[in-house]
Amino acid sequence: MRRTVLSSRPSRREFAIGAAAAATLAALPLETVLAQDQTQPWEQAVRKILGDAKPIDGKITVEMPEIAENGNTVPFTIAIDSPMTETDFVKAIHIVATANPQPGVATFRLTPLSGKAAVASRMRLQRTQDVITIAELSDGRFLMAKRAVKVTIGGCGG
Amino acid sequence: MSKPRIKLPESAKVGEVIEVKTLISHVMETGQRRDPDGKAIPRNIINTFTAAFAGTEVFKAELHPGISANPYLSFYMKVPGPGEFVFSWVDDDGKMIVEKQKLNVT
Repeated sequence: MRRTVLSSRPSRREFAIGAAAAATLAALPLETVLAQDQTQPWEQAVRKILGDAKPIDGKITVEMPEIAENGNTVPFTIAIDSPMTETDFVKAIHIVATANPQPGVATFRLTPLSGKAAVASRMRLQRTQDVITIAELSDGRFLMAKRAVKVTIGGCGG
Repeated sequence: MSKPRIKLPESAKVGEVIEVKTLISHVMETGQRRDPDGKAIPRNIINTFTAAFAGTEVFKAELHPGISANPYLSFYMKVPGPGEFVFSWVDDDGKMIVEKQKLNVT
């Protein structure tokens, strides 16, 4: 390739090889782009958190209204059953709203000093959707829970 | 951002798990909205909240536009001993609010 590029006057044969190589290179990114288009932004957000790890079922309690009248402010409480000791604790709680323009809602980072793996806040939901909670444990495992919320008036001010 | 409100128990014992509640007023502008002229309103949210106790970070929140205006946060801490909380909120404009509050440990 390099020889072809550097050569000021490529022969007909060199030119043909170079052109074929360039076509192959161009085809690869295009395929990658197409593959990315098929995954939703929320799936990408979840993959960014999990990496290659497979989440397991765990005791995550998500308290949220089943029907949120105002999507601008939907209260939530998340609690995970964890002893919160130096060797066994919840490192982080990630929240992903699957149908928001920006699916990542928040990441809460905890320590053994937290004593209890629970957080509460209020989120915006643009429309009816699933909210995913992922708990990242100190041993590298992940717990995941999904919760459907119906939204009457959407938030996010789009 | 304005002066935040903090709620701690009146007193706590060493080893007790206490709930800490904080509230601060902030528009949490998502960056998705447009003004009446159709111009995009730039994003400005509180992107980071941290709570430290007696010099050790106990809780951190990385917030995105999906968190509502005037963010409320509740979290827990197992009281390691006497000390003071230092809470901080930082927004996209680089503004930072720091609030300190002593915990009454009995």
